[in-house]
Amino acid sequence: MVVAESKPVTEILEMIKEFKKVVVAGCKGCVTVCNSGGEKEVGILASELRLARKVAGNDLEVVEYTCERQCDPEYIEPLDDLVKDADAVVSIACSVGPQYIAARYPFLPVFPGLNTVFIGGAAEHGVWKEYCQACGQCIIGDFGGLCPVARCAKSLMNGPCGGSSGGKCEVGKGTIDCIWHLIYERLKNLGQLSKLENPWGFKNWSTSRDGGPRTMIREELRK
Amino acid sequence: MTLTAGSKLEKILKSGQKAVTCECGPPRGADAEHFRHKASYLKECADAVNVTDNQTAVVRFCSLAACRILMDMGIEPVMQMVTRDMNRIALQSNVLGAAALGIKNLLCLTGDHNSFGDHPQAKNVHDLDSVQLLAAVKGMRDDGKMISGTEVVGRPQMFLGAAVNPFADPFEFRVVRMAKKIKAGAQFVQTQCIYDMERFAKFMQMANDMGLTEQCYVLAGVTPFKSVGMANYMKKFVPGMLVPDSYIQRLKGVPKEKQAEEGIKIAVEQIQQLLEIKGVAGIHLMAIEWEEKAPEILKAAGLLPRPKVD
Repeated sequence: MVVAESKPVTEILEMIKEFKKVVVAGCKGCVTVCNSGGEKEVGILASELRLARKVAGNDLEVVEYTCERQCDPEYIEPLDDLVKDADAVVSIACSVGPQYIAARYPFLPVFPGLNTVFIGGAAEHGVWKEYCQACGQCIIGDFGGLCPVARCAKSLMNGPCGGSSGGKCEVGKGTIDCIWHLIYERLKNLGQLSKLENPWGFKNWSTSRDGGPRTMIREELRK
Repeated sequence: MTLTAGSKLEKILKSGQKAVTCECGPPRGADAEHFRHKASYLKECADAVNVTDNQTAVVRFCSLAACRILMDMGIEPVMQMVTRDMNRIALQSNVLGAAALGIKNLLCLTGDHNSFGDHPQAKNVHDLDSVQLLAAVKGMRDDGKMISGTEVVGRPQMFLGAAVNPFADPFEFRVVRMAKKIKAGAQFVQTQCIYDMERFAKFMQMANDMGLTEQCYVLAGVTPFKSVGMANYMKKFVPGMLVPDSYIQRLKGVPKEKQAEEGIKIAVEQIQQLLEIKGVAGIHLMAIEWEEKAPEILKAAGLLPRPKVD
């Protein structure tokens, strides 16, 4: 899933300081799963914004709504009525959400309430880790099913580098696993260490962001 | 003797004599005089001088320019190149430019992560890794082709090197990774600073057993301790470095003003021990900001004067 975290309320307050009425729009997709942008968080953020502005003597009206998903045009349609007399929208979806809302309402200011952080998964309750960099051409089959592009600090294809120590990456002060150490251990378990003997060739990054913003088309679904 | 680039370093290694390389890092500014001054100590005592490429991810004046300065001083450079800051277009371009200037030794590295340097907010590149850079330069040199397949008109004649760190983990993989670098094109390797002799000897035995030291020259890395503080720092904070406590105790055992002298004694002993290990083809002395001590260390280790080659 896409993992996102809340922006500091002070940053959001600064964005909307000139407005009297805003819509806080949440999303029931990934950001609900990672507890940063669902229905509950919409309620919390709305209360925080109202309270802060009340204390500042500059009351703010906040409308709460949580879309089914903000990354599909039909699911943001219900906002049409809500934004009619609003000054701005604060979206707490991944950054696709505010961009979809901005595209739908050309004359309405839209602000992100979250920082979109990475594509990852839950490691334990309250902890998420990055697993994928969306390079567009998955190569993990060659590396024991583990991704060196996203999970090696240097995206090495022939690692581990000289900074790997005790299974930990030199980056992150011991908090990051050396993915190449894990790849090595896993291939050893699988009896496939010979896979690491030959230099791995030049990666094609044109399928990644390096090829420009990407579009995926499924012709059979377009009919 | 078949030579690929015909550098002094390559000739000495191929003649079977022990080689000496020293490291000289460009300054964090455009002060060429400072760099010339440091390099002047190394002129008579190194067969070739490594020029670092923004080492520890700190901005310094560029490796290519520093190599040119060395050449003007009559010093043969080993140009270091890291893949952290440049994509395959810029890397290949700089290799061609370096060859055009007459640089004949190239050390291919991935480089320290940018989060350790003076611009941790930088966008890093890592289009290639060190193994791929070796393969790219070898392809340009031997096959006359760039990564794209474009023909190289005027092939870069480079004696190709790489780094190895026998002190990083997983230990058993270190020799496999060296083999991989050799397959990709490495003709010589320079190691991380060696303090743990036992582990290094084990590594060399594995390398000998796999026949790697017959395919590639190993220059053993040495960095003299200036003080017990430096030894402690390297033990605690430099990733992938193992410093045995015995050295720290030994430095602690002498008065503060004698610690530098003791550090030099240790370095000389280390060089002598390293040269006894089968498969060690020379020494890579990294006297970080202590270049003026290189002649003293190498003389005491019996490595001066340097041999002359045509």
